[in-house]
Amino acid sequence: MASTAPQTAATMPTEWRDFFTLTKPRVMTLVIFTAICGVLAAPGSIHPVIGFTAILAIAMGAGGSAVLNQWWEADIDAGMKRTMNRPLPGGRMRREDARDFGIFLSGVSIVLMGLAVGWLAAALLLGAIIYYAVIYTMWLKPRTPQNIVIGGGAGAFPPLIGWVAVTGEITAMPILLFAIIFFWTPPHFWALALFVQSDYAKVGIPMLPVVAGEKATRNQIMLYTLVLAPIAIAPWAIGGTSWIYGSVAVVLSALFVVLAMPVFTRMRAEVDAMTPEKTLFKFSIVYLFVLFAALVADRVAAYQGWIA
Amino acid sequence: MTPEEEKEFLRRRKARNLVVAGTLLFFVILFYAITMVRIGGQG
Repeated sequence: MASTAPQTAATMPTEWRDFFTLTKPRVMTLVIFTAICGVLAAPGSIHPVIGFTAILAIAMGAGGSAVLNQWWEADIDAGMKRTMNRPLPGGRMRREDARDFGIFLSGVSIVLMGLAVGWLAAALLLGAIIYYAVIYTMWLKPRTPQNIVIGGGAGAFPPLIGWVAVTGEITAMPILLFAIIFFWTPPHFWALALFVQSDYAKVGIPMLPVVAGEKATRNQIMLYTLVLAPIAIAPWAIGGTSWIYGSVAVVLSALFVVLAMPVFTRMRAEVDAMTPEKTLFKFSIVYLFVLFAALVADRVAAYQGWIA
Repeated sequence: MTPEEEKEFLRRRKARNLVVAGTLLFFVILFYAITMVRIGGQG
């Protein structure tokens, strides 16, 4: 897969912006946000410089693995409308440059995390990068229709690593934060996959709607939404947060289930705007941002002594 | 390489060099700050 990329960019130096684009800056905003939430919600204190460095290392690690992902998938990206103008399929960069940049960025992020913050956080970051770039991108994504579930694991690392950067240990709370993003990803992404179905079918990625059909995808969206709800509420249930997070988690999870219901029960009509699927996809983004913001607000209020 | 291409080549190279220099400077400052925090025993 990694051998037949366009090689038209050989003569001109690649624009620095293309290197930056390769790190998927838009995805990184969510990574940075959830990592900051992990740092802020964790009990204990961290020096602002060290906290900043931890977030930077997580962002660089996410960027590095995103680069390696695009290095490996340049051929697949070339076949999809959404991705065909990325720097590699667009022919604006040599493939080896992308590979080297990805390895360099990942390596620096791990060393930076280890030296400045701690080696447990660095080991988790290394695990996250290998998980996304190797286990997900190279191994399982092209092989299983549950690829999104596995990919969700990669996105779930940032708050866990952020939390561990502060506490230096893995406890129930950071694992729950991991689990929330892990189980949130399938309904989020499959809702998207339902309305961009044709693109994935074209490049032969075994996306669930392509191989198992639309009904199976709708069932799975409902299933993961139902599993997500108790996990999102669990931090409150185990006493890790107060009613502030608890009430937000209950309301948001109930809304998620309500919005997933029409996606679950209906089937695509001949001419279909796919409104319930698009609504669910958009809501899922709001869901994660608000849930994590509520977690931070809850913990800050508790540490400041504003609530019991 | 035509004059236009050479001009573009130099522009891209200069832009990249500036970004690399800026990044290096940032990391010099960051590592200085990390060292100070670590020596201060607050990290």
